[in-house]
Amino acid sequence: MSVFLKVIRHNRAALFGSVMLALFFLTAVFGPICAPLDLMPDFPHRFMPPGAQHLLGTDYAGRDVLVQLIHGSRDIMLIAFSTGLFGVLIALAVGLSAGLIGGWYDAWLTGLIDVFLTVPSFPVMAIFAVLFRIQNPVQFGLVLAIWQWPGLARAIRAQVLAYKHREFVEVCRIMAMSPLNVIVNELIPNMMPFVSINFIGIARNAITASVGIMLLGLVPLRVENWGMMLNMAAFQSGAIYVPHAWSYLLSPMFAIVLFQYSLVQFASGVDELFDPRLRSR
Amino acid sequence: MLLRKALTALATVLVAMSFTFVLLRSMPGDMLHMWAVQIQQQQGISYQEARQIARTMLNYDPTEPLGTQYLHYMANLLRGDLGYSLTYRIPVTTILLNALPWTVFVATTSVMLSFVVGCLLGVTVAWRRKSLLDPLITLYASVTQAVPDFLIALLLLLIFGLALHWLPMRGAYGPDVEPGWSLSFLLDALYHAVLPVMAFTLPGIGGWVLAMKASAMSALGEDYINVARAKGLREYRILTQYLGRNAMLPLVTGLASALGGTLGGSMLVESVFGYPGVGRFLAEAIALRDYTLMQGLFLLVTVGIVVGNLLGDVLVTRLDPRVRLQ
Repeated sequence: MSVFLKVIRHNRAALFGSVMLALFFLTAVFGPICAPLDLMPDFPHRFMPPGAQHLLGTDYAGRDVLVQLIHGSRDIMLIAFSTGLFGVLIALAVGLSAGLIGGWYDAWLTGLIDVFLTVPSFPVMAIFAVLFRIQNPVQFGLVLAIWQWPGLARAIRAQVLAYKHREFVEVCRIMAMSPLNVIVNELIPNMMPFVSINFIGIARNAITASVGIMLLGLVPLRVENWGMMLNMAAFQSGAIYVPHAWSYLLSPMFAIVLFQYSLVQFASGVDELFDPRLRSR
Repeated sequence: MLLRKALTALATVLVAMSFTFVLLRSMPGDMLHMWAVQIQQQQGISYQEARQIARTMLNYDPTEPLGTQYLHYMANLLRGDLGYSLTYRIPVTTILLNALPWTVFVATTSVMLSFVVGCLLGVTVAWRRKSLLDPLITLYASVTQAVPDFLIALLLLLIFGLALHWLPMRGAYGPDVEPGWSLSFLLDALYHAVLPVMAFTLPGIGGWVLAMKASAMSALGEDYINVARAKGLREYRILTQYLGRNAMLPLVTGLASALGGTLGGSMLVESVFGYPGVGRFLAEAIALRDYTLMQGLFLLVTVGIVVGNLLGDVLVTRLDPRVRLQ
């Protein structure tokens, strides 16, 4: 932790990313409590530009955009986090077992990884999302994770093969440590750097994919979800033809980009944390 | 190596075909019966005959045993028979053939454009490291990396289509031109393709620049660059013929996957612009639960990516003598 603070002090990008992510997190946790969501239509006040009463204006039914964004941040966070978690778990299971067991099992899984990497991921995720009739963000994350693990699994497998005969693993074997012990205490800690970077990458993909799927109107989640807001603003409500509705249209876009950008910048800090060579600069 | 890749390609296509088989079988309700009844009423024939027609249109028969169904399905696919679209009631292949040229045109143009622009910028940045261009491009790359391509599409639509009225917002050609090989039609098609191509190209450039910069930086330390300098060759010549050409080689492998990404992402970008390509029809088919059309378009995209990958591998072996020797 203290090392990370040291990294942040030098790396402005990482500082920006960490602060922004912390803000997003606090907003997702406490924001909805402070700013209650009122979804009652108020048509006389629709498509309002930003003002004192509505900081980011109102939507097609006169509802506050900022409050919707705050409430929607929970869904985005949940989708990103759950996809990252499930994706990493699948990748660890596949990569570790393929690298450790080897033989035909390994060959079969490597082939499977190649196939998964070739088949276009967005269409598959969109089809899955429709077939599974998604009800909540965590379920959404699980469905997205089905196609988000192969890249990481391949990297983990390669890493296991590289570590398999290194001294620290050989020593464990001589000491007759159980395989599970070796995996949990020796192999996984050594892989934490790129696993955490990949976690962030998978989470980012999940945000892009989930917003894209909702933009196409394929998964109807709550109104205040950022993807749904964008779908309503861009395609359903005709807001793009209303000049003073620009805030309603741009706010969810800006929120998505800011969140993505924060993740990218944060990842650069994590990169530096695990790679001391980057730190000296 | 190439054999292994070909095997993977074959496996991918097989997996995709099996996936669409499962997809078709997960169609809710008895679609065959529904269609048969409809055809019976429309054409005034017996239910048995109507059911027979519906079966060929849907490309599946639930009364057969599962294994036979699967084999029949695969055989039909290999013959190019994808059944009829549930919503449009025309053969899926007709829709495919109409949509494919648009997507191929936009995808290849934007991938090539972002590759060329990215390589040129990357080699320039590597050559003149102290210039102002370097930090600008790094910023550009990190910002565009964070913006999903469909958001760029939406922004382009808002700026150039809606606010400035410079470029058309929807479609592949205007309502007043007749599709054909006439000059006015081609120009109009180009005019309509500008925004979709930009939506794919703008976010693509950043990655190529960074990759090309890294590749050119490592090539700068090579002896042949020093030799070229010592020979007193002009800077432009060293930049293009020596540095650029060699630094570009490792990037060519990325072209195929970039094309794949563009095809996969075409669902969103084409939907934003109402561009009648494969992606927009796929998005529509998924939204309308048009299982047969979904199946056909998904297979088309997958096969397209597989073929693109194989072509990329062959291209690399052609371009790089070191790979050819292995």
